[in-house]
Amino acid sequence: MPQHEYMELHKKRHGERLDRAEKRRKKEAREVHKRSEFAQKVHGLRAKLYHNKRFKEKATMRKTIAMHQERGNKHANDDAVPDGAVPAYLLDREGVSRAKVLSNTVKQKRKEKAGKWDVPIPKVKPVADDEMFKVLKSGQRRNKAWKRMVTKVTFVGDGFTRKAPKYERFIRPSGLRMKKAHVTHPELKATFHLDIIGVKKNPSSPLYTQLGVITKGTVIEVNVSDLGLVTTSGKVVWGKYAQVTNNPELDGTINAVLLV
Amino acid sequence: MAEFAAGGDGAAAAGGRGAKKAKLNQAEPEVPDFGAESDGEEEDVSKGPSMIVQFTSMEGEGKGPQIDIPLGSTVEQMEQVVNKLLGNAEDMPYCFYIGDTEITDSLGGTVQELGTSTENVLTVLYQPLAIFRVRPVTRCTDTMPGHTEAVLHVSYSPDGSQLASGGGDMTVRFWDVNTCTPRFTCRGHKHHVLCTAWSPDGKRFASADRKGEIRLWDPATGQPIGSPLVSHKQWVTSLSWEPMHKNAACERLASSSKDGLVKVWNVRTGRCLVTLSGHADSVECVKWGGEGLLYSASRDRNIMVWSMDGEGRKFGILVRTLAGHGHRVNTLALSCEYVLRTGPFGHKPVTFATPEEAQAAALARYQEAKGTDPERLVSGSDDFTLFLWNPVEDKKPLARLTGHQQAVNHIAFSPDGRRFASASFDKKVKVWDGRTGKFLATLTGHVGAVYQVAWSADSRLLVSASKDSTVKLWEMISLKRAKATLPGHADEVYALDWSPNGQQLASGSKDRTIKIWKN
Repeated sequence: MPQHEYMELHKKRHGERLDRAEKRRKKEAREVHKRSEFAQKVHGLRAKLYHNKRFKEKATMRKTIAMHQERGNKHANDDAVPDGAVPAYLLDREGVSRAKVLSNTVKQKRKEKAGKWDVPIPKVKPVADDEMFKVLKSGQRRNKAWKRMVTKVTFVGDGFTRKAPKYERFIRPSGLRMKKAHVTHPELKATFHLDIIGVKKNPSSPLYTQLGVITKGTVIEVNVSDLGLVTTSGKVVWGKYAQVTNNPELDGTINAVLLV
Repeated sequence: MAEFAAGGDGAAAAGGRGAKKAKLNQAEPEVPDFGAESDGEEEDVSKGPSMIVQFTSMEGEGKGPQIDIPLGSTVEQMEQVVNKLLGNAEDMPYCFYIGDTEITDSLGGTVQELGTSTENVLTVLYQPLAIFRVRPVTRCTDTMPGHTEAVLHVSYSPDGSQLASGGGDMTVRFWDVNTCTPRFTCRGHKHHVLCTAWSPDGKRFASADRKGEIRLWDPATGQPIGSPLVSHKQWVTSLSWEPMHKNAACERLASSSKDGLVKVWNVRTGRCLVTLSGHADSVECVKWGGEGLLYSASRDRNIMVWSMDGEGRKFGILVRTLAGHGHRVNTLALSCEYVLRTGPFGHKPVTFATPEEAQAAALARYQEAKGTDPERLVSGSDDFTLFLWNPVEDKKPLARLTGHQQAVNHIAFSPDGRRFASASFDKKVKVWDGRTGKFLATLTGHVGAVYQVAWSADSRLLVSASKDSTVKLWEMISLKRAKATLPGHADEVYALDWSPNGQQLASGSKDRTIKIWKN
């Protein structure tokens, strides 16, 4: 290893060779060929290490080049006028959510009547009873088998109190109860953490709807009052429907997409 | 001795009262019908407690003698008295004030409320109201589709005969007011048309876009006038024409931009007359006042007052800076703004042979509207307050008006200058006294931010446009709740304008339509 800056010192004292610049240029020009030769020849662990290092170098190089080219880059829609025109008094206002008025109460009511929604997940695999419920043995001899425990996520309203054990046919375990859902607004492309108001329809069975079971494809009602959606008559919308897009019992969380 | 003195005082007081009575008796020939009108039930009222009143105009000029009137007199009865006193050929409506307080039902009620002594002579201020009435709009008569993007600005021409709109689809559109059909579609802008303005003579229409271009259009043909005025580096935030009474040609236009500059243009020659660079940040609003001053409000928290009267180098010098706001200033409103906007056109249809004639009419209207008060300016800001200024004389504010809980977005003075309304993002509209800035009422009802407010020409009605997709109508005599809610838009209402002749209201929305509301 060199000790001290003796090379620089020598350069300062005696100067450099006259053809120094030319020699360096040639050396640099040959460098790529040398590297290539080495890269082709090398094998084994050394090759692995070398290529790994070289890959990183190249990535950095590409990034640097892209940064230099940034200003001159041609974009497809330089002259295109952006959507979402707002008046001058709303320009430059951050944090103003641009939630659209999408709800139309009348429309939603009509849909409700028909019992059909145009939903993002139109078909779901039906959940069979034996998958949904676990049979609990009861009675002193443990020979009665009329109790069922729900094995999926359920929504249980605030005012719910469990019945006496004698009358409680379905048990909804408190560990699988959920009160909130992550709801994505498909047009805003934003996700909000919203309270669940109720389970509107579980496609597998009306019984599941009644029990508040939430599986994939279930339509739930969520509280959207925070989003600031309004109806055309100027009233705040607070309940909207959303369809569950994941398997909550497997993920431990409910993801849903808002039906608009 | 004491008893005697007291008796003497009493006698003196009685004498004084008697003297005033006598004076009233002398004055009676001037108000001959007053006694005769109060027959029947009103006779009973006049037998009740009464009070000596001096009617005074808003300028502080006493009219007629001091009159003994019953405390039970209603506003209508006092109107009759004042009409007699002033010898009006036609009965005019008036409003009455004791000090700053408006008499709402009867004289006695307000006196009791204020705790004023009924022994002294009471000065009652009277102010004429508009002699015409604008009927409240109640229904949507037309929905005008056409714009292919959000409608950002709608405005009626000064005489109310034409309607123009600017939208996010880069077009300016002129509409037929009577048939509610499109007349012209003017293309040319290369970005969203953000603000528009009619010249006070109604012969030119200016529109400005988000690229900073200003274009002039001929409303009669829909053709562009001259080449676009290009100089602003960023979008134009507001446009303001020179008032008609200053210049009959109506050819000077002020524009403010995000780039922090205010430019004054001569639109006939297409030249920029002066660039006013003093603001450190985006200029949000510019207003050309009636006194030859230009007001510009900026995001740098200041309002600057520029003189527009001088020639050459004197043109566009900074007169004073109004500082006081703690955050960006969003909007300005002038007490005479309605008159400046409508120029020579009043509530009756008129035509003018020459521009000079129109200018004379505009000047007469301006002076009548202004009275003897100086021009007042109100500014609204992101610091949730409003300031009332007397910018012609003073750089200190007359009043600081607090109460809003979010940024104030728009302010509008009533056409008679008695009140102004402020719209805020806190979903409320507040109404304030136009002279003192006293708080009058909060109008609650919107469930979204309120974007714009507009007054009817008679100052009795107010409309507000909101993010909650509705327009609400408020009546000044009952401010508790909205007189009507005008639903129909499917999205946020961005623009609002009440036609100066009071016949219709136009609202432009993000749902790409313009709706016309009528009675």
